[in-house]
Amino acid sequence: MTAILSLRDVRKTYVMGDLEVQALAGISMDVHEGEYVAVMGPSGSGKSTLMHILGCLDVPTSGTYELAGTDVSSMTEAQLAEVRNRRIGFVFQGFNLLPTLSAWRNVELPLCYAGVGREERRERAVAALERVGLGGRVDHRPGELSGGQQQRVAVARALVTDPALILADEPTGNLDSRSTADVLGLLQDLSAAGRTIMLITHEADVAEAAQRTVRIRDGLVERLAGAA
Amino acid sequence: MTYGETLRTALEALRGHRLRSALTVLGILIGIAAVILTVGLGQGAQAQVRDQISKLGSNLLIVAPGSTTSASGVRGGRGSSSTLTVADADALGDDGVAPDVTAVAAVSTSSQSLTAGTTNWTANVVGTTPSWAQVRARTLSSGRFLTDDDVAQSRPVAVLGPTTATELFGGRGAVGQSVTVNGSTFTVVGVLQAIGSTTGTDEDDQAVVPRTTYATRVAGSTTRAAVSTIYLQATSQETLTAAYQEANALLQTRHGVTAAAADFTLSSQQSLISTATATDRTLTVLLAGVAGISLLVGALGIGNMMLVSVSERVREIGLRKALGATPAAVRRQFLVEASALGLSGGVAGVLLALVGAAVLPVLLDQPVTVSVAAAATAVGVSLLIGVVAGVYPASRAARLAPIDALRNE
Repeated sequence: MTAILSLRDVRKTYVMGDLEVQALAGISMDVHEGEYVAVMGPSGSGKSTLMHILGCLDVPTSGTYELAGTDVSSMTEAQLAEVRNRRIGFVFQGFNLLPTLSAWRNVELPLCYAGVGREERRERAVAALERVGLGGRVDHRPGELSGGQQQRVAVARALVTDPALILADEPTGNLDSRSTADVLGLLQDLSAAGRTIMLITHEADVAEAAQRTVRIRDGLVERLAGAA
Repeated sequence: MTYGETLRTALEALRGHRLRSALTVLGILIGIAAVILTVGLGQGAQAQVRDQISKLGSNLLIVAPGSTTSASGVRGGRGSSSTLTVADADALGDDGVAPDVTAVAAVSTSSQSLTAGTTNWTANVVGTTPSWAQVRARTLSSGRFLTDDDVAQSRPVAVLGPTTATELFGGRGAVGQSVTVNGSTFTVVGVLQAIGSTTGTDEDDQAVVPRTTYATRVAGSTTRAAVSTIYLQATSQETLTAAYQEANALLQTRHGVTAAAADFTLSSQQSLISTATATDRTLTVLLAGVAGISLLVGALGIGNMMLVSVSERVREIGLRKALGATPAAVRRQFLVEASALGLSGGVAGVLLALVGAAVLPVLLDQPVTVSVAAAATAVGVSLLIGVVAGVYPASRAARLAPIDALRNE
């Protein structure tokens, strides 16, 4: 199995006035193609910072991060935008759908920035919505959908570019237990279909859904558990 | 993201805040309409003056007597002295001395009471020569103009302006009728074609008589040789300057004066137009400046709205960046939004100005000139205003770090 992402001694230091805060103190890890990995840790453990770096929303202070064979640790803002667009599908805690756009228009957004033509965007967006079981809701706006359905739209948006990595940041944090099971089941399906998924959470029962769990504490990997 | 896609996204965002966008557009609309209308009013007034002055004749130079200075040092106004004579006019007509002057008409004028039967009418009586009709570009609607014989033999004949003829004789034909001026009876031999009034005097309300007859029968004998104005016509537009210099040099020599102490004023139509329109132009610039300030306020409105929009949509910007929007794409989107605001304000402003240009002349009795160039410039300027007002908010949006933007809950 090839490593789809690999971190080598990744450190991230924030400067707040006179104070230097080391959010990541040297993290090394590999995630292989098709793996479903949960990153767990209490608040303040550095898991949000790790998620930002994994999602190419931020760059490490030192260390290297290779995503799908490309070193992204020292890319420019515009290059990172392209990597996010093509390689990563995000699912956020707050769904982050645009309320004025219908479901399929929300799903097609990443394709707009990828320069895909209009016809193809519509086709792929509708296909992605069908994939998450919302084929009958393509023209609904987020306000007309339940929380679980909105998160499904967000998953469809993460899928639509066919990314190397799906990065879910507390995807069930705003959902009731039924919708949580719903979304976790969907991620399970995607994993079974061969998708590489990283799930960031602070809830142990959510992390159990993954094949293995990486625990973060004080900016370091605590221990590896589950199948490797 | 393609430009069409960016434009669609921008318009959707503006539609999302209909009222706010409409008010912002209104700011630009009012500014653009105000600038176009004030400039249009000014240009309309100038065109009116220019039009009236050009009715005086073509390639025209006008010589007026200078001012007098009495022994006590009191200076009279322009034309108060009577230094111009018939001899000056004759000299100017000499092709050897002033080859670029094609026609000369010396004119003496006074306001007189005209009587025809029981009807009285006061009009300017003009004593001049046959060349007057050519120099002043006048034609006749009936009868004939003065002839050299009329002048040579001091015949008591008169050519009336159309207004004068109507006032004295009503609808009846004036030619062949008699009119009494200052106790002498004149026979009407022709009626001038109407040209509409020009600045100063009503050019359709006058009686034109031979210079010689005017001197003996209308004016007092003391001013017999003096004329009030000499009209000169240059051979063409190109020789106007040459004709001006020839006339100026000749009159200075004849009067034995230097340029600084000239006892006459030589002016062209062009100089009359610039003098007459100078006030209008100043006023136009002033008003357009005030209107321009309102346009500036409109521009600040766009900038302000875009700044509010950026801070309101921090999460949206963060999301778009996370999904792959480059800083350039984000900047472009906000610039297009600001430009769309400016452009719609400009187009709406031009439409309002066109309505104003149709309505204002009726209300104010003032012509309004709105040229295609002015409208196109206004639309261009409004677009530019949108872009300029959008630069700072757009670059703020582009600089937002995606994590900070997403964290904003």
